[in-house]
Amino acid sequence: MSVTTQPQQGTATKSLREYFSPPLIALILAVLLFFAGGLINPNFVNTAQAINIVRLAAFLGIIAAGQTLVIISGGEGIDLSVGSVVTLAAILTYGLSGGENGMIWLGLIAAVAAGGIIGLVNGLGIALLRIPPLVMTLGMTGVVQGTILALSQGEVLGGTPPAMRQLIAEPLFLGLPGVLVIWLLVGVGMWLLLERTTYGKQLFAIGVNRTAARFSGVPVQRVAVLTYVFSGMLAGFGGFVLLGFSQTVFLQLGNNYLFPSIAAVVVGGTLLSGGKGSYWGTMSGALVLTLIDSLLRAAGLDEAYQLMVFGVILLALIIVYGRQRSLRQ
Amino acid sequence: MNSVKLQRFLSHNTYVVSLVLLVVVLAINYAFQNNVLELRIINNNLRTLLPLIILAVGQSIVVIGGGVDLSVGTMVSMINTLLVTWITPESSAGDVALALLLACGAGVLAGAVNGIAVAYLRLQPIVTTYATSFIFSGIALWVLPRPGGSLPTDMVRFYRSLPFEIPLGFYVIVILIVFWRLLRNTRYAQYLYAVGSSSEAAYSTGVPVTLVRVSTYVWSGLFAALAAIALTLSTGSGQANLGDAMTLNSVVAVVLGGTGLSGGQGGIAGAIIGVLTLGVIRNIIFFAEVPTWFQTLINALVILAALAAPALGRFIRQAVRR
Repeated sequence: MSVTTQPQQGTATKSLREYFSPPLIALILAVLLFFAGGLINPNFVNTAQAINIVRLAAFLGIIAAGQTLVIISGGEGIDLSVGSVVTLAAILTYGLSGGENGMIWLGLIAAVAAGGIIGLVNGLGIALLRIPPLVMTLGMTGVVQGTILALSQGEVLGGTPPAMRQLIAEPLFLGLPGVLVIWLLVGVGMWLLLERTTYGKQLFAIGVNRTAARFSGVPVQRVAVLTYVFSGMLAGFGGFVLLGFSQTVFLQLGNNYLFPSIAAVVVGGTLLSGGKGSYWGTMSGALVLTLIDSLLRAAGLDEAYQLMVFGVILLALIIVYGRQRSLRQ
Repeated sequence: MNSVKLQRFLSHNTYVVSLVLLVVVLAINYAFQNNVLELRIINNNLRTLLPLIILAVGQSIVVIGGGVDLSVGTMVSMINTLLVTWITPESSAGDVALALLLACGAGVLAGAVNGIAVAYLRLQPIVTTYATSFIFSGIALWVLPRPGGSLPTDMVRFYRSLPFEIPLGFYVIVILIVFWRLLRNTRYAQYLYAVGSSSEAAYSTGVPVTLVRVSTYVWSGLFAALAAIALTLSTGSGQANLGDAMTLNSVVAVVLGGTGLSGGQGGIAGAIIGVLTLGVIRNIIFFAEVPTWFQTLINALVILAALAAPALGRFIRQAVRR
């Protein structure tokens, strides 16, 4: 084909901004940050540490996958219930499997199904009743936390199946922990979902402009509801995977992943206003956030300074590529 | 009143539906707890709710201007730690006055940081105020690594007092409403609602959009400082994460009060009613002897139902019309 043999016109005039897309910047930043860690602490730069950081990033990355879909869907889309869904899913897996390898499947099904049901309620409230996503998912967070308390009554009997630890936290092959393989599979799955399915095309369409999408025949409400269902299911799966790492459950297990999941999406260049974004951006964003966190720990700073520096860096990242267009145009 | 007039009345006074809800839950509360309307009990309840009431007022102003402030809770924590470091049980009245003034200054400064980041740098409010909340948390922990501190007994006693047989919180609410009534009649308020409903339209008609946006976060910071003062008086001590959990409740209270998150509509009366409703619901669940482990779930379900109620009503009306 002539198209492939001839250089495309205009590539030479492409601006730097187009070459360095936000996901790529985030990825370069992650690599630079890692080696910057060596300056602070020479023991920071080695393979074991690199694997450890990617492993920590994997949990955030899997949990942030659903958040990516919700934010791309636009309409002020945001899912504040992911933290509590992660906790619920981990507790369900812990309780239902009872630490038996043979019962892992039950835990997995329960974790994903519970997340899906919570996502369905979120989606119906947002798409049909037109409750703002922030409010709806915030309200659901309370309901899920209440459900956890009512289910557990203060103590959860159960255990983590040993096979989960082996498959997720421990080296699977070449010294790489299984969660990396899982994350890679999630990444491929998300890429296929976003780029190769009708749902993916429709998702971007409703993110850009819901009215236009409706006129061009996109079932806007169905796609929106489905997006929150996916988000819940992915958060549920994230909770299942997280249990293999944490080995134990407590009421705040997933809370620390809620806002980082949003930050990872934004740092990865997905627009909070919707319609534009990618999962590999979110993966890079998760790496950057985890690296910054590990770096601050490695630097041996007090928690107070860690918090302040993290806040400043996050603000700087948002300033670099989270800016909205000017009113004066 | 015919239906058109009624609708106009409701759209101008968004808190009315919330007020009806508050009266209903209060009646239910009365059935379970007969002394809820006694002065002493009202004073106790108001004392605990007052910090959130003040905070939700600041949050409403940001929401009306089309934003949201997720750093308010950490601002309260930060200013709480500053207050207990500046004020000791031996502080003189002058020292206390200076500390309170400085606290308000810290709130204004923190709010200005949020406002400049959101408005001048044009950043998304949710992630921006989330990022700054780390900075405020860090400062709080830096100022007060370990919980502690105490206030002069006179101050704590004053917060519990009932001047002229009326709870102190009541005066504060009246002052807040008078402040809002006065503000509503200014050109600034017109600008605020214009920016909240459509910043493009406001900009094209010459409204200083950026400045108005910054101001909403400054208000929020100031009210966070006032909320921190009330919270510090209520607990009498300091802790680096004392106010953190108040952030999400302030957003829920604003929405419960009929102020939409899309901006350009609502008022502070709704937020005050929203906080009172949250408090009364918690009372009911406590006095209805709901088993401990189910209290959070029931509380959350009731709040979710209350949040969904207006939308549900609209949905049913549309379905009937069809």
